[in-house]
Amino acid sequence: MLNFDYQTRRSFTNKMMVFLCGFSAFLAFIPLASLLIYVVSQGLKDFNIGFFTHLPTAVGMPDGGMANAIVGTLQLIVISSLVGLPVGIFAGVYLSEFGKKSKFAWFVRFVADVLSGVPSIVTGIVAYTLIVKPMGHFSAIAGGVALGFMMIPIVTRTTEELVKLVPHSLREASWALGIPEWKTILSIIMRTAKNGILTGVLLSIARVAGETAPLLFTSFNNQFWAGPNEPTASLTVQIFTYAVSPFADWRAQAWTGALVLLLVVLTINIFAKMFFKDARSALR
Amino acid sequence: MIDEVMEKSKKMEKTKMESTHHKGEAVKVEVPRQEVDPNAPNKKIKMKIEGVCAWFGQKQALFDVNMNVNEKEVTAIIGPSGCGKSTLIRTFNRMHETVPGSRFAGDIMLEDTSIFDPRIDPVVVRRRIGMVFQKPTPFPTLSIYENVVVGLRLNGIHDKKTLDMIAEKSLRKAALWDEVKDNLQKPGGALSGGQQQRLCIARALAVELEVLLMDEPCSALDPISTSKVEELIHELRENYTIIIVTHNMQQAARVSQKTAFMLNGKLIEYDATDKVFTNPGNKLTEDYITGRFG
Repeated sequence: MLNFDYQTRRSFTNKMMVFLCGFSAFLAFIPLASLLIYVVSQGLKDFNIGFFTHLPTAVGMPDGGMANAIVGTLQLIVISSLVGLPVGIFAGVYLSEFGKKSKFAWFVRFVADVLSGVPSIVTGIVAYTLIVKPMGHFSAIAGGVALGFMMIPIVTRTTEELVKLVPHSLREASWALGIPEWKTILSIIMRTAKNGILTGVLLSIARVAGETAPLLFTSFNNQFWAGPNEPTASLTVQIFTYAVSPFADWRAQAWTGALVLLLVVLTINIFAKMFFKDARSALR
Repeated sequence: MIDEVMEKSKKMEKTKMESTHHKGEAVKVEVPRQEVDPNAPNKKIKMKIEGVCAWFGQKQALFDVNMNVNEKEVTAIIGPSGCGKSTLIRTFNRMHETVPGSRFAGDIMLEDTSIFDPRIDPVVVRRRIGMVFQKPTPFPTLSIYENVVVGLRLNGIHDKKTLDMIAEKSLRKAALWDEVKDNLQKPGGALSGGQQQRLCIARALAVELEVLLMDEPCSALDPISTSKVEELIHELRENYTIIIVTHNMQQAARVSQKTAFMLNGKLIEYDATDKVFTNPGNKLTEDYITGRFG
């Protein structure tokens, strides 16, 4: 005899659990969707060509833009990439190719993991002490170095993981052709893992592009165009400055800045996804 | 020309089917007629394997293997799985030592020089003694053309004309040219398994190769691709010394002039192929090729 009591109870529990999971997924979706909708609806008001081509204006003056902040952010990304990428990529290659068992590699890996969890404001203080203080003024260089410090652990670990994925048989095939070890690593292994490494690079750029805290006391801000050795505006700091200001037109511009930043990060993430797909098919 | 090849491969298919048909009965592996007498005294010795022992960590994989490999002949190494035949062939171009924790003893002579001479870079050894692996390993991000010339390019040859010429020559030698000549820029991974394996052979031929080591080159291929690779081995024998590891006894019988039988890391018997398959000198060899074990 089947126990019908048990049957109905079991099927009820099942339905409840499915509902609970689905409802939680929906709840997780709400903040994300409302954030996107709100930023887009608020940001679109001032979203025009002038925003991308004009310098900021004084309060009450129309036609203000964030051209210098957008360029400033690009400047910071370039400087931080110059600092972070070479070190990160080669460190990652070292960890996966030479440091499988060494104590030193274990230590580097541990430090990288800790470093990627360090609050970004702490990185900012370090860059302030190391660069801003000796130089005596804020600069894009200091901001770029702070962001570069944040990129190193991310790039190191993703590069390590993706270089590890290159099948051992390819290494052997390369050795069997009489190709020296270092050329095997550069031309065969890194080339095979290229798209994967690029994914890590893009994700790290997307991560630092949205950082505000370390820039507050490294690159600071500027209402005009600036060279790399001067205080430089960035989207994030500009958004922060405008958003906390008491002026309605500045706050509106902060929303547009937020929208632009969101679009930049979104684009980078989409590219990263594309490269990662290619990377996986190359490694299969 | 094409008809001839078709005819030949058909014949080979037939031989194969017949021999598999008889597997497990008496000693009845068909051996193609040998054009060269393997025991002819004037055969030049290409490689001398002297007292080779190998270890992985504490485990000894090879015990005192001695054999001479003749020039421009195909030498087959057969034996059950785990008998050390792959380990043996990987000592021939110093690939064994790339495995962490491995050890090696003995000596291997390539003509008059020891490949373990401390003055010799293993990288140079591997240019003269190439290797093709069980699973085809074309470099996935390189095109067919780049796959063939990568060994030259990374060794410093950049002249476009030279590279083009060598690429065509190697692909022709590997019997792949006609199939890929219009698609040289396609990725190597887009080829079929059999074509990939021939691409790997072409890649090995492009460097200044003398000895070609093949570690079960057909075990991942279908019968037609297998017969093409075997056909290729026949042709390459005219210019290269070939050592092939296989767990397919019919294949060993078809392609080789000499056969080595290994068991538990020891070389049990090493003789002319037709002798090993028709009149083996050792009871263990006979048991293995008649299918009593392994």
